[in-house]
Amino acid sequence: MTAPLDSEQRDHLVSALVRDEPRVLTRITSLFGRRGYNIRSLSVGSTEHPGLSRMTFVVTGDRGVVEQAMRQLEKLHDVVKIIDHSLEKFVDRELVLVKVAITPESRVEVRQIAEDFRARIVDVGRHALTFEVTGDEGKITAFIEQMRSFGILETMRTGRVALTRGSNADIPSHVYHAGETEALRPAVDGVEPRETRAGGVPNLF
Amino acid sequence: MTQTDLTGAKALWATLAGHGITTVFGYPGGAIMPVYDALTFYPEVRHVLARHEQGAIHAAEGWAKATGEIGVCLATSGPGATNLVTGLADAMLDSVPLLAITGNVARHLMGTDAFQEADITGITLPVTKHNYVVREVEELPRVIAEAIRIARSGRPGPVLVDIPKDIQLAAYHGEIAVPHARPEIPTPRPEAIERARELLQTAKKPVIMAGGGSLDAAAEITALARAWDIPVITTLMGLGAFPSSDPLWLGMPGMHGSVAANRAISEADVLLGIGLRFDDRVTGRVSGFAPNAAIIHVDLDAAEIGKIVRTHVPVRGDARAAAALLAEGARKLDLPEWRAQINEWKSRTVEPDHWGAGYAVKAVVDRLRPDDILSSDVGQHQMLAAQLARFERPRRWINSGGLGTMGFGFPAAIGAGMAEPGVTSIVIAGDGGFQMTAQELATLKKYDVRNVKICIINNSYLGMVRQWQELFHEKRYSEVYLGDSNPDFLKLADAYDVPGYRADCAEELPEAIDAWLADPKSALLEIVVPNEHGVFPMVPAGAALSEMIETEPPRAPTPGIERNAAAEEAKQP
Repeated sequence: MTAPLDSEQRDHLVSALVRDEPRVLTRITSLFGRRGYNIRSLSVGSTEHPGLSRMTFVVTGDRGVVEQAMRQLEKLHDVVKIIDHSLEKFVDRELVLVKVAITPESRVEVRQIAEDFRARIVDVGRHALTFEVTGDEGKITAFIEQMRSFGILETMRTGRVALTRGSNADIPSHVYHAGETEALRPAVDGVEPRETRAGGVPNLF
Repeated sequence: MTQTDLTGAKALWATLAGHGITTVFGYPGGAIMPVYDALTFYPEVRHVLARHEQGAIHAAEGWAKATGEIGVCLATSGPGATNLVTGLADAMLDSVPLLAITGNVARHLMGTDAFQEADITGITLPVTKHNYVVREVEELPRVIAEAIRIARSGRPGPVLVDIPKDIQLAAYHGEIAVPHARPEIPTPRPEAIERARELLQTAKKPVIMAGGGSLDAAAEITALARAWDIPVITTLMGLGAFPSSDPLWLGMPGMHGSVAANRAISEADVLLGIGLRFDDRVTGRVSGFAPNAAIIHVDLDAAEIGKIVRTHVPVRGDARAAAALLAEGARKLDLPEWRAQINEWKSRTVEPDHWGAGYAVKAVVDRLRPDDILSSDVGQHQMLAAQLARFERPRRWINSGGLGTMGFGFPAAIGAGMAEPGVTSIVIAGDGGFQMTAQELATLKKYDVRNVKICIINNSYLGMVRQWQELFHEKRYSEVYLGDSNPDFLKLADAYDVPGYRADCAEELPEAIDAWLADPKSALLEIVVPNEHGVFPMVPAGAALSEMIETEPPRAPTPGIERNAAAEEAKQP
């Protein structure tokens, strides 16, 4: 009776719009930690609205775990809205810096491969080249795999960021259209979390 | 309204008073001194001085649980603030609306490990619904108003506001925030109600389970159950949500639940849960919980639905509205076989008939009048009180359900008694738990509280731990014997001018209870009971509800018991 509808363990891409206030990051990561949800990647940045930040998480788990994590997040006072990208069409990107060891013999080949991936060279050293690659997870993983044989000295990945496709469908309109900073606070105060969609339980909320 | 000559501290009191807060429980200290100083200008707010911050916050919880209104407590920085943590965690798990205000060191000292500095917002992050540090004096009234709204709205909970000392002292020129309108509680969606109703109509073995979130929907739940003729189980937190005198009442479910409640859950084909969170002490082994039932779960908190048990019909929204909607168009289910089965289970209830903790608890709770408030501490006496007390209305039963906080009962009874001075506030405690907050006897003395009646069930043990050691640790009674070092409770009470009574046997009990309840002052009754009684029925941890042990197994004397008996004898003069 208790088996979730979709018990497959996989990565879920989730964005949260949160108030830009002290300790919000701690509050959210502490919730994840306490309840045992595993965050595989996390990126945080400001939005077009002063006072609102956007976080994108990759949470690993089955459908039920992710639903529960999102509902727990939605309860936090600082969280204005949660978007589960798996329910929508979205674009996502990740940026990585990769420092690859080079020799006089390998230099040309490394540069050629990087060009194929549209990787940009951001630093040139006598024994190493540092590339910047932007793309979805698959492209970045493929690039790193290609470079592995030459010797990867260091990498740094930013974690994924994502936006829903279309014209701001995921942002409550009265937040999105709210005016300057002063107007935002009361508008955000009134924002209800979006309706929870189908998942571990039937869609009757 | 704008006021002149305000400081942050005065703005705080003006905001609290403006929100109708009449009583605050607290304890002063260096970093909250400006607030205490400003208090002298606000006689409309009563401050109750506890003897420990934990006593203050549990009293605020007792106030909130009895009235349904927000409890407020106050503490200084550092050690004062950290002493609130237990109460905050307690209020979090039991969804108690609570506002905790703490002082902190001045802003320029924050983060420097200053004297009596603690990062209390960091510490209390997981045990509060929300918390704040006030960083500018202009924010203070707004933050307090918002904290009160958050604590009371939706699923209630504790909110902490930390105020640096320099902000308490700073001049304040703004407005005093007025109360927020209470936010609309979501009404359940009609489709959900319709599906729930369809399920109920086809049920052959239905049962309703009402939890702590249903207390304010007691009238609607009672009407719903009677309209459909469905039996009702009330959880530990939900006792009083349905009148015990109604033949449809089956008692409490779970680890120490009634035979009827646990069997009914195990057999049910439709289970309607209202305002409960399927705590593990209620469900037993989850895979064995209501194995045949389609579950309808009504809860305000979407995160609770599907968290523990698979829900077939989730109904998100207000318990009152949901119960009222489900009662509409009800027709009495004609289920004679289910009724007969339930009556057979109910007949298996054995009331304590020989001297022991259960007998003593029953003698006390039988004296409850419908308006009396019964609080309990945590342990065997709590479970016995929950099993044996009868409640006709909600908010007359106050205990620490989720956190199981020893030391909770007595200060909570003081808070409840101060909230409703016209009713008797009885607390049943154990000899262990009472000593965790016994210093609050001073609060009774200081405020001449006259309606708090303390009953200590003294079995010389941490009884519930002893019971588990007996059942699951081969009777190795490790560090649970208190009898050799307990105080003379009557002398202890006397030291605070609280009258004391004692009963050592069944014969003495009626007279002692009479005298204790008749005493015009708050009074203490110690009932000395044999020390090895267990609480049954019991579902062992990890077992399914259907695997409950209905009655106490016969016991044989053990070396452990003999050793403790010898120890007891040795202390006799």
